[in-house]
Amino acid sequence: MNHRTKIAGSLLAAALLAAGCTGSGGTSKGADAKAPDDPDKVSGTITVLTHRTDLVQDGTMKKYAAEFNRTYPKVRVEFDALTDYEGEVKIRMNTENYGDVLMIPAVIKKNDYPRFFASLGAETERAKKYLFTDFTTVDGKVYGQSPMGALPGFLYNKRVWKEAGISDWPTTPAEFVAGLKAVRSKTDAIPYYTNFKDMWPLTHWTYMDGAVSCDQRATSRLAEGDPWAKGEDLRVADTLLYDIVRGGLIEKDPTTTNWEGSKPKLAKGDIATMWLGSWAITQFRAAAKQAGANPDDIGFMPFPAQRDGKFCATMSPDYNQAVNINSDHKAAARAWIDWFTDKSGYAADNLTLSPVKGAPLPEVLQPYKDEGVRFIELDDTKGAVVKEIDNESEVGLYKPDYRQDLVDLARGARKGSLDDFLGDLGKRWEEARKSTGS
Amino acid sequence: MADTTGTDTNEKDTTGTGPTGTGRPAERAARRAEAAPAARTALARGRDRAPRGLRLRRGLTPWLFLAAPLVLLITFTYAPVANMVAYSFTDWDGVSPELSYTGAENYVELFTRPELFEVFFVSGYYLAASVVQIVVALYFATVLSFDVRFRNFFKGVLFFPYLINGVAIGFVFLYFFQDGGTLDSVLGLLGVHSDRAWLGTPVSANVSLAGVSVWRYLGLNFVLFLGAIQSVPGELYEAAELDGANRWHQFRYIIAPGIRPVLSLTVILSISGSLSAFEVPFIMTGGATGTETFVIQTVKLAFQFNKTGLASAAAVVLLLIILAVTWVQRRLVPDDKVDLV
Repeated sequence: MNHRTKIAGSLLAAALLAAGCTGSGGTSKGADAKAPDDPDKVSGTITVLTHRTDLVQDGTMKKYAAEFNRTYPKVRVEFDALTDYEGEVKIRMNTENYGDVLMIPAVIKKNDYPRFFASLGAETERAKKYLFTDFTTVDGKVYGQSPMGALPGFLYNKRVWKEAGISDWPTTPAEFVAGLKAVRSKTDAIPYYTNFKDMWPLTHWTYMDGAVSCDQRATSRLAEGDPWAKGEDLRVADTLLYDIVRGGLIEKDPTTTNWEGSKPKLAKGDIATMWLGSWAITQFRAAAKQAGANPDDIGFMPFPAQRDGKFCATMSPDYNQAVNINSDHKAAARAWIDWFTDKSGYAADNLTLSPVKGAPLPEVLQPYKDEGVRFIELDDTKGAVVKEIDNESEVGLYKPDYRQDLVDLARGARKGSLDDFLGDLGKRWEEARKSTGS
Repeated sequence: MADTTGTDTNEKDTTGTGPTGTGRPAERAARRAEAAPAARTALARGRDRAPRGLRLRRGLTPWLFLAAPLVLLITFTYAPVANMVAYSFTDWDGVSPELSYTGAENYVELFTRPELFEVFFVSGYYLAASVVQIVVALYFATVLSFDVRFRNFFKGVLFFPYLINGVAIGFVFLYFFQDGGTLDSVLGLLGVHSDRAWLGTPVSANVSLAGVSVWRYLGLNFVLFLGAIQSVPGELYEAAELDGANRWHQFRYIIAPGIRPVLSLTVILSISGSLSAFEVPFIMTGGATGTETFVIQTVKLAFQFNKTGLASAAAVVLLLIILAVTWVQRRLVPDDKVDLV
């Protein structure tokens, strides 16, 4: 390279640097996506961004769209299935072109919802009919609606647990660990499978928040103090995970686990237990059928903790569907969201909770009903603050890192004690909480 | 490890004196492009009494040729780097339309958090691995530059891993290191029944990952060395043999000094590659069990905790570290001309 080009290059770089601060500076505009009055008058082509690549590929989504067209004949629905949903949508959110209907990605700050999405209406109105409205409420307006809800719990192989001599759900963490030990000594199954390498299953441990305290405000409390203080939900959960790993009750080599491969293994009884969500039941049943095992062996039990003699299970929304604020067909997009939530049967098809209040429970959760498990709808008014503290502290409540470190600690691949580890998390959390000023 | 292509060699190519030897490099490049010798003489003649228009056109010609690469270079190299530097002075979260200028705050935070630099210890494994890599590559390059049976076959075998996509390699080696996977089976055939999780502890995980890295990038080093060795004139070996030199002497006194520039380039690439190791550990372990490298940490800051500003600052710091290391190395081992005769 000769000297002149070098100089030209650096000049260009400098010029670009000046122009590089691209802050698009969009002011908050705010818009409403009103529900259309007359289905025949709504028209246009809408694009729905979805993370359900499986449903788009096997044509299920197309079937939903065809059903939708019976009511709204003039709306064309197209699907854009994204494998790496979070990653791809995050980048598209920097433009105006992010579909007409999309699932709100986790990266968007709650306070920014009015900049990106059109409002679906006032919370006071929507909360009468739907669950989970406050997860997307900003200044009294709702910006998204989840088409289904899930309960966290342990998926387990009923046959294996029975062989180990346990027929009742454990009611304390210690009883649970004892149960896993019985599985280890009396059967050939791996008592608990962490899915360490695939990471995200570990993040599910955070969703037990609320199951110990039975407190609606369990997630809001995260913004008010150390989540790993003595007796707090997360400390109980993380201690249980630690004890399971410490007791050698997990797979031999967690660093090379395989999520897809783990499904038929649990179905066949090679694995006894996994901590996931009720949404996983359908997938495991399908895997059981494929592997020639009995789908009815797949059971689902709540977190081993009771308050006043009852188990608690927290209901949480899946991805929330929202209308792109830049969409030209907001009425059609709104019509899709309403129809998909109320009439599509999506929640029932997935054996999950319907977000419509008063809808019947799916039959897989019948044991929950029989045992009198209390369903808790979490209050998410401080969700935005929790997320902010979480990012600031780099703890990652809904990220795998700290749980992976916890598992490493428990199996001796990392030095330290559990108390120090949880204490350090708490310290980082408290510092971030103070610096974000909550 | 050494995953950057040899930009340095390209550079050398343009600065080397061409057959004509005079004129500015840009002009020379243009002239070289107009390959036909007839055109060249016509141009040279035209230079003495060129009319204004022709002169202008001649001034423009090199830029026309340069336009495409310059546009590509600016769009895909300089503009993103400039953007990255700009972001490093902001508190951008990667998606929000609001971003505010925070001055050097990100850099201050970076340097007041020593734990962010602890991950460079992991680079030590990759650095050690690249020593092995260079020695092995050099050995094979030397052996295969002489007459060996199935020479080309072995060349292909050695270079092949470099052609595979890094993501695929990550997945393949996950099976390789699995409990009861390929490695355990092969060891079992040899009568060694190891019962260990290869990625289970920080030391064994890092050694395994560095091993994958050697497997992957050995081919590149090998090809670079092979090319350099083959540019050594063959008569030298004959002469050396007549003087009674054995293979080791030939290597020591002809090959090693003959390929010194390529050797030092490889060392630079290896060091910068070790500092910025990413895809193999990211795909195989995601940075778990003490295998987190600086780049993985940066990616997590940016995409997991949405601290794009801080992550950009970390990326800028890594760039500066690599530039500094390269500079120091260039001072220690100046790139002087090779003269074997």
